Amino acid sequence: MDRDSDRHKLISRRMFMLAAGNGVLISALAGRLYYLQVLESERYSTLADENRINLRLLPPPRGRIVDRLGRPLAVNRQDYRVFLIAEQASDVEATLDALGSLVEISDAERNRVLKELGRKRKFVPVTVRDGLDWEAVARIEVNAPDLPGISIDEGQSRYYPHGEIGAHLLGYVAAVSEKELTGDPLLEIPDFRIGKAGIEKVHDLELRGTGGSSEVEVNAVGRVIRELGRTEGQPGSDITLTIDLDLQRLALDRLEGQSGAAVVLDVHTGEVLAMASNPGFDPNAFNRGLSNKEWQALIGNPRAPLTNKAVAGTYAPGSTFKMAVALAALEKGVITPDTSFSCFGHLKLGNAKFHCWKKWGHGSMDLREALAQSCDVYFYEVAKRTGIDQITAMSKRLGLGQISGIDLPNERSGLLPDRDWKMAAIGTPWQIGETLIAGIGQGYVLTTPLQLAVMTARIANGGYAVEPRLTRAVMGLRKQEARSAEAGEALGLVPAHVQVVRDGMSRVVNGARGTARSSAIKEPGMAMAGKTGTSQVRRITKAEREAGVFKNEDLPWERRDHALFVGYAPVDAPRYAVAVIVEHGGGGSKVAAPIARDIMIASQRLDALRLAAGEAEIGDTAPAPPVGGGT
Amino acid sequence: MTGSAFERQQLTASQKLLQIRWLFVVLVCLAGGIGGVMLYSAANGDLNPWATRHLVRFGVGLGLMIAVAVSDIRLWFRYAYVFYFVCLALLGAVEIAGSVGMGAQRWINLGFMNLQPSELMKIALVLALARYFHGVTIEEIGRPAVLLVPLLMVAAPSGLVLRQPDLGTALMLVIAAGAMFFVAGVRLWKFALVFVCGVGVLPVIWQSLHDYQRQRVLTFLNPERDPLGAGYHIIQSKIALGAGGVFGKGFLQGSQSHLNFLPEKQTDFVFTMLAEEFGLVGALGLLGVYTLMLLYGFAIAASSRSYFGRLVAVGVSMTFFLYMFINMAMVMGLIPVVGVPLPLLSYGGTAMVTLMLGFGFMMSVYVHRDVVLGRRSSGEIL
Repeated sequence: MDRDSDRHKLISRRMFMLAAGNGVLISALAGRLYYLQVLESERYSTLADENRINLRLLPPPRGRIVDRLGRPLAVNRQDYRVFLIAEQASDVEATLDALGSLVEISDAERNRVLKELGRKRKFVPVTVRDGLDWEAVARIEVNAPDLPGISIDEGQSRYYPHGEIGAHLLGYVAAVSEKELTGDPLLEIPDFRIGKAGIEKVHDLELRGTGGSSEVEVNAVGRVIRELGRTEGQPGSDITLTIDLDLQRLALDRLEGQSGAAVVLDVHTGEVLAMASNPGFDPNAFNRGLSNKEWQALIGNPRAPLTNKAVAGTYAPGSTFKMAVALAALEKGVITPDTSFSCFGHLKLGNAKFHCWKKWGHGSMDLREALAQSCDVYFYEVAKRTGIDQITAMSKRLGLGQISGIDLPNERSGLLPDRDWKMAAIGTPWQIGETLIAGIGQGYVLTTPLQLAVMTARIANGGYAVEPRLTRAVMGLRKQEARSAEAGEALGLVPAHVQVVRDGMSRVVNGARGTARSSAIKEPGMAMAGKTGTSQVRRITKAEREAGVFKNEDLPWERRDHALFVGYAPVDAPRYAVAVIVEHGGGGSKVAAPIARDIMIASQRLDALRLAAGEAEIGDTAPAPPVGGGT
Repeated sequence: MTGSAFERQQLTASQKLLQIRWLFVVLVCLAGGIGGVMLYSAANGDLNPWATRHLVRFGVGLGLMIAVAVSDIRLWFRYAYVFYFVCLALLGAVEIAGSVGMGAQRWINLGFMNLQPSELMKIALVLALARYFHGVTIEEIGRPAVLLVPLLMVAAPSGLVLRQPDLGTALMLVIAAGAMFFVAGVRLWKFALVFVCGVGVLPVIWQSLHDYQRQRVLTFLNPERDPLGAGYHIIQSKIALGAGGVFGKGFLQGSQSHLNFLPEKQTDFVFTMLAEEFGLVGALGLLGVYTLMLLYGFAIAASSRSYFGRLVAVGVSMTFFLYMFINMAMVMGLIPVVGVPLPLLSYGGTAMVTLMLGFGFMMSVYVHRDVVLGRRSSGEIL
């Protein structure tokens, strides 16, 4: 019994020790819980939220671009995208084969899809084709039972309903390149598009808007469970251009088959009503993505379809420069409006002979008639008396040779030479002969069609410094509009001088001997004034001149003269200025003037239409409410 | 004293029912109920597929527990070895069947649940060892030869289980048996000797471990070693526990569990889910319930007059403790990931029913605490 009692005690002791040991271990568990759930709780809570919360960006819808009457020029179009979810497709290859019989899938696309499918998790959708139209979608929907794993998603893509019309103004959108990343997270969204040219580029930030975000709860494999919160972004602002779609279309139509540009300005506000450049391109192609072949064709075309010739093409202004020369001379007082010179077909200066375009000469003429007949000899004489520095200074006041600041990219300044410039650029002193050449808008002088239109507008409005503008309103908020006579800065021209030049320009079209008399506008109250210009792109050699072979038609295209015309209408109370250039088109009177005439007629006819459409009410349009973008 | 003992031996079934520690039954039901609630949450607020079945099995287990509690302890004393060998045979059969070509099937289908012989063995081994040590005097325990038999009794099932391979169960068998050796009075230096030898054979064991088991150990030592692979479970479990904080995220609100960051939330990681949704308060509450149950176990052991009874109560308590401790320590990142369910909470029938069967024996020990069992008899009353 003693031994039993000893053993009893031993067992009791051992049991107690065991229980105590268990107690210690349980205390360790409790301590660990305290450590994890109290001391480290904050850290782990953060980790848990990081686990479950995913921030997704909601791209804002891009702002629309509309013409001055609100007609859409660039919009967002619903398009459809086909994607494949691997976990829903029993056999990915078979599904792709079946899909390939309904919509075209190139081998390259197919390989990309298979590669992406292999890399991503099975429930992540992989885009097979995008930019599909409704017809293709319908075909796919009908065959849905044979296409396991295929789904269709709607998205928005940029669409330019008028294609080439206004392509240079609007520009285009395309995928973001590496160096365009600014830190805006929107730019990192796959498939996001930004403006690459034209208004799309210059006003990209306004059109883009700001991205919204959606906080979504995701599970361990990344599948979205629910949305926790959403911050609405700001949709891109709509931009109203000063362009009149009908006029723009007409201008482009009239340039059909030519390489050139036409610009129409409101002479009082500087608003650009039309700015056409031909040949153009389809901006929709850029959104879709150009093939290398298409791109090479655009780049390699000698007529430079991607260049907006209205602002980036620089040309010798030819005789359209004579108004600037005349104004400079009148201001300097070296001539009066009635000063006459005689033209015998050329002017001799030292050993050099400066030719007039009219071989046998114009005879004696005053300033108005010299403009009307575009006598070169008259302006050689005027230029010689005025000097290059004064001519250049006057040209600058009229808007030539400088960046206008219009909201388009790649605008070029052109060139107005003076003594200092030549010394610096070429290193030789200015020659008097060069002044003579400049007097007829040749030689070093280079201008853009837009600058010529601005010059014409400033003459037409009586000498106010209108600036060309392309944007009329952003998000319904109309931009400050300065009408020339009220707020426009006066250029300090003598009104009588301007009137003389305008008289001369009127005679160009309406005078009996005007160079553009065949393009006169007969409609009552619509009469146009203007100035022709023909700018040489080569020197006419003495031999050629003597042989009499300088007919444009006989020369290869790229060596023919540029045809120019600047003008305004109506002649008595000017409202619109126009500048037209047809590259290598031949004579300004024959090629450019008829185009300008048609544009001026249309401008005035549409004027009534615009007023009827109540364009003045644009400023009252309320901004559209913010809209959340698709995920 | 002898009179009352005699009376106890003659108790009727209804008298025995009154002898049951009902408070302990209440604690068991509490734990099982918590299990039902958590499994409801694990299914995102659905009784299916787990909660209902869990409660049904719990009901079956409860009936079994009460039935065993009022059954005569002498019967179990008599058939302890038989029970052990039946389990060993089942274990061997499953092992052979598994290797013959039925895959890694470790269970026998009983219709309402799948029976895993390895689970049943945990109780069978306790009964067999208790029976053995009951018949050994304190002097005999000092003799190494006497210890050889119980060591073989432990080694045979442990080896079979290890071959399955089920490291968790093998560990539990060995540790629970070790605790019984300890309570039975085996000298402490012998434990020390086994420990030293154990350390010695560690490299051998390392060699025999399956690759995934080695991964688990290595990952335990450094969870960040493979945050998306093997370490993922531990990291996510710790995040869930920590995010729960003091008061938890609320019932059905655990983001880690409901968004599937937490693996196996209905089985091995059910405690993590409870701690995430009910916080430190809930976790300590459950720990408290378990501790009370464990205290009952040791109290019952202390109250029994027979060595058999004491050893059975200690063995069952220890088994219960091991389930609880290994599971909790594992989800808290204190020990490697070992597949051991949380008693009465985890979904899965065998472990729960096994444990309740054990509780039944434990309560039977209490009901028959004054029954005297002969040292070497097969259950005849002395």
